[in-house]
Amino acid sequence: MKTTARLLAIGALFASVALTGVVTARAADQTLLNVSYDPTRELYAAYNVAFAKHWNETTGNNVTIEQSHGGSGKQAQSVIDGLQADVVTLALEGDINAIAEKAGLFNTDWRGEFANNSTPYTSTIVFLVRKGNPKGISDWGDLIKDGVEVITPNPKTSGGARWNYLAAWAWSNKANGGDEAKNIEFVKELFAHVPVLDTGARGSTVTFAQKELGDVLLAWENEAFLVLDEFGADNFDVVYPPSSILAEPPVAVVDKNAEAHGTVELATEYLNYLYSAEGQTIAAANHYRPSNPDIVTDKALLDAFPKIDLISIDDPLFGGWKTAQPKHFGDGGIFDQIFAPQG
Amino acid sequence: MYEQDDLVYDSRRPIAPYAHTRPTTERPWVKWLLIGIAMAFMLAVLVLPLVLVFTEAFRKGADAYFAAFTDAQSLAAIRLTLLVAAIAVPLNLVFGIAAAWCVAKYEFPGKTFLTTLIDLPFSVSPVVSGMVYVLLFGAQSFLHPFLRANNIEIIFAVPGIVLATIFVTFPFIARELIPLMQDQGNGDEEAALSLGATGWQTFWRVTLPNIKWGLLYGVLLCNARAMGEFGAVSVVSGHIRGKTTTMPLDIEILYNEYNFAAAFAVASLLAMLALVTLLVKTILEFRYGDELAGTRRH
Repeated sequence: MKTTARLLAIGALFASVALTGVVTARAADQTLLNVSYDPTRELYAAYNVAFAKHWNETTGNNVTIEQSHGGSGKQAQSVIDGLQADVVTLALEGDINAIAEKAGLFNTDWRGEFANNSTPYTSTIVFLVRKGNPKGISDWGDLIKDGVEVITPNPKTSGGARWNYLAAWAWSNKANGGDEAKNIEFVKELFAHVPVLDTGARGSTVTFAQKELGDVLLAWENEAFLVLDEFGADNFDVVYPPSSILAEPPVAVVDKNAEAHGTVELATEYLNYLYSAEGQTIAAANHYRPSNPDIVTDKALLDAFPKIDLISIDDPLFGGWKTAQPKHFGDGGIFDQIFAPQG
Repeated sequence: MYEQDDLVYDSRRPIAPYAHTRPTTERPWVKWLLIGIAMAFMLAVLVLPLVLVFTEAFRKGADAYFAAFTDAQSLAAIRLTLLVAAIAVPLNLVFGIAAAWCVAKYEFPGKTFLTTLIDLPFSVSPVVSGMVYVLLFGAQSFLHPFLRANNIEIIFAVPGIVLATIFVTFPFIARELIPLMQDQGNGDEEAALSLGATGWQTFWRVTLPNIKWGLLYGVLLCNARAMGEFGAVSVVSGHIRGKTTTMPLDIEILYNEYNFAAAFAVASLLAMLALVTLLVKTILEFRYGDELAGTRRH
């Protein structure tokens, strides 16, 4: 009995010593944690190098920028649960609102902090098709033609997929003269053409490009070009529909965290520099549409962005995220009504 | 044993005493069918994927394969994985021996309950295990003001990953030792004590030598799982590259970056670890089968 008691005591001691040992104090070196969503990996990999150089040149200090990527909603939840982000650069305004509302880490009027509603770059949804576009897909209406298989992630879990859905809705609204019943019919028909519903944008891209499923991928503009770079431009074509949606992925400083880390100035400059000539050029080079194209140094990059008709989420058709989110994607919303899981 | 005739089924033959197969022996075609199904299943489900991991890893050549291990973030992931295992396995070793000792050598109220509790991590989904720690130590928890005031980071930092790993690998060593120690009984220890050995002497010189192979076996399994755990660690990690990503998380990130060769290279390292574990386990079983007898039962 004695032995057991001793063993247990030693075990407990061991446990507490080991745990204390690994509780790491934050280093005096300046580090910045940027919590972002999935498709921005390449953008921030390039931008972080440029910013570290800029910060060193202007202040003489070194900065290490740490990145965390994942589904936009999941990332927001992690920050709410205590992930020590200094800045968040997410896919949807609603995800950043959730952090402000549920965790109170910054003010709910964060959209006024930076230029252009705190959106340094925008994006849109395009079609990625197999080389030569064998199914002849050129507009949203073509997606529901017989025998066309569409790849998109699940709007319930993916920010990108919500933009896909809303872009389709906007096209239908225009084509059907604003008849909501026909819009519902169209998105229902569209999702009946989806053989695999992945949870995130990257998952869908891998399904389409690597596993070679489906005829058309509804993708972020940057994601579509990334596929051309990674999997070879000989296998795919990017098709721009005449109209699509204006996706505005916003950024914010997580005030309470940055104050605790003493990084407010650094974090603010990190996001501000996204609006500089260099930041905008890096965004354009990574196929994000710069919010201020005039200052982009390499004008050739801008030619890669065809002018198409882009509708904003703030258009009366949607009435902003606060209205569109519950109406379309909330529990029992339109998506829940039209989408019956197969099998 | 029995005649060749016994194994051949011929419907035209009259049924003579002892001429038919014994009731405890299947017909040959049943035997081969069962073996065939088992083999085909193993080939499709286990061997083929393993081979694919290695072919994918080397698809872009050996250079690309080894380049994956010079990447700073993958190196950090390998280091973190080793660190986590180096903390979690010894802790579970101590806990496992203590728990097995309690259960095997003593009778006390609540023993069944303790045994059930030890099994809990096996029956709970790893995702739930991770979420429990987020609820307990996360920013929305009642403990958070205290942690924050003392500058202690648990969730989305190394301690959280260690905790989640300990939770998930909790039962491996205890489950290995309990049947073994129950089998062995208290006789040796009682003899040692009655000859004047102290508690510690008894433990080091009698109990430990008795259970060493079972213990090693448990440590191997525990280590393999500690390094390979994905679900629970994924929930508490925060996925900060180079800081809180272990090897399994690094594999997922690399795969999502279309860096398939590097993803499978790191995966092959994990797979190799599993193979080595399996090899050592087989050698142990072969050489010390008797002492491992207790482990065969479950």
